Amino acid sequence: MSETIKTDVLIIGAGPVGLFAVFELGLLDIKAQLVDILDKVGGQCAELYPEKPIYDIPGIPFITGHGLTDALMQQIKPFHPTFHLGEMVTTLEKIGEPLFRLRTDAGKTFEAKCVVIAAGGGSFQPKRPPIQGIEPYEEKSVFYAVRKMDAFRDKRLLVVGGGDSALDWTLNLQPIAKRLTLVHRRDEFRGAPDSVNKMRALVAAGGMDLKIGQVTALEGGDGKLTACSIKGNDGALSRIEVDAMLPFFGLTMKLGPVADWGLRMEDELIPAETAAFETNIPGLFAIGDINTYPGKLKLILSGFHEAALMAQKAHRYVYPEKKLVFQYTTSSTSLQKKLGVA
Amino acid sequence: MPKITYIEHDGTAHTVEGELGSTVMETALRNDVASIVAECGGSCTCATCLVHVDEKWFTVVGPPSAEEEEQIDAAFEVKPTSRLSCQIKVTEALDGLVVYTPAYQGR
Repeated sequence: MSETIKTDVLIIGAGPVGLFAVFELGLLDIKAQLVDILDKVGGQCAELYPEKPIYDIPGIPFITGHGLTDALMQQIKPFHPTFHLGEMVTTLEKIGEPLFRLRTDAGKTFEAKCVVIAAGGGSFQPKRPPIQGIEPYEEKSVFYAVRKMDAFRDKRLLVVGGGDSALDWTLNLQPIAKRLTLVHRRDEFRGAPDSVNKMRALVAAGGMDLKIGQVTALEGGDGKLTACSIKGNDGALSRIEVDAMLPFFGLTMKLGPVADWGLRMEDELIPAETAAFETNIPGLFAIGDINTYPGKLKLILSGFHEAALMAQKAHRYVYPEKKLVFQYTTSSTSLQKKLGVA
Repeated sequence: MPKITYIEHDGTAHTVEGELGSTVMETALRNDVASIVAECGGSCTCATCLVHVDEKWFTVVGPPSAEEEEQIDAAFEVKPTSRLSCQIKVTEALDGLVVYTPAYQGR
């Protein structure tokens, strides 16, 4: 068991709203740590539209998703938040009034006085190909990520996809695999040109196979894959014997484990009251796209407002004995000291 | 206004009016065509608004751009006439357009 990480507030989701929550909490001397399933901060801004313009951030006529993420990271720098990236919070239990214990899929345990769910549209998880009967093979011989390369040594592998993940794992696993076949729907690849060239050279030298088409059926039993059927673009069917398949079709947002935490849910959203965006569980807040209340708009600016009000209430839980005096960053020396500008 | 027909995988057909200048994806969402997900809201980054353009209409609609084609790599059951509906602008020339929506957009 690893040591329990103790923090005032654990924020689930490091998108724009989760990041800004660090700022609002920080002004009130509340320390926060963040967990995000992506390997980078920014949430949808980073994953879905890093280069696309956003026109409705107050006071900023135009900014990209990437630009907004960078600006928020700069804004919260004085508060030194700790990030736990590439991890998903899997369990949450209430162990005090309020005090929460949370665990991640990477084996970390947290104890936090308050929890802020800022998980947007849910967690980004790999897209599952619509191949009938794929579920029993998942995590046994169908993998959407590579955790230990050695698990694939001397195996017959089928990698599916045309982007960087598919190409990178093709190149990394080809030397240790018994045989590797890459399947993609067209004979063009969107991955880095260098990776494409290396893959093509391996195919030309007979070190691996490339098939153009789509995987249509799986064969095997008890979670153990034995063969895959591939339909070529000309309609021709072929069959390849394999021990494992690795499909890489990008990510999609799924609600994930949040649904199992005893929260009241409405249409995959978490109802929150509008004075502090607290859920039905005291000390557990929901802000940003994942919450719902009368009049809710899924806008980043609404999430920022929700973060500010949440922080006021969180202060009562974190510092029950302290009176909170409302202050402006423009005029308060104490706030300016916290921001490192006084 | 141009009429667009969406035929879902189970055969349910929706014939609706598209607003000029909007997209085939936006028109689907406005009219509750459930099989269009459009997770990224039209940024051409998620491939969850795939449609198969009716073969007769494909020459009018035209092929995807290179950027769109790359995104289609992350879609499933792709056909030669598949497009991302967020990248098809509604024009007068598309009056009568028929598109088929897939059973599964990846979520």
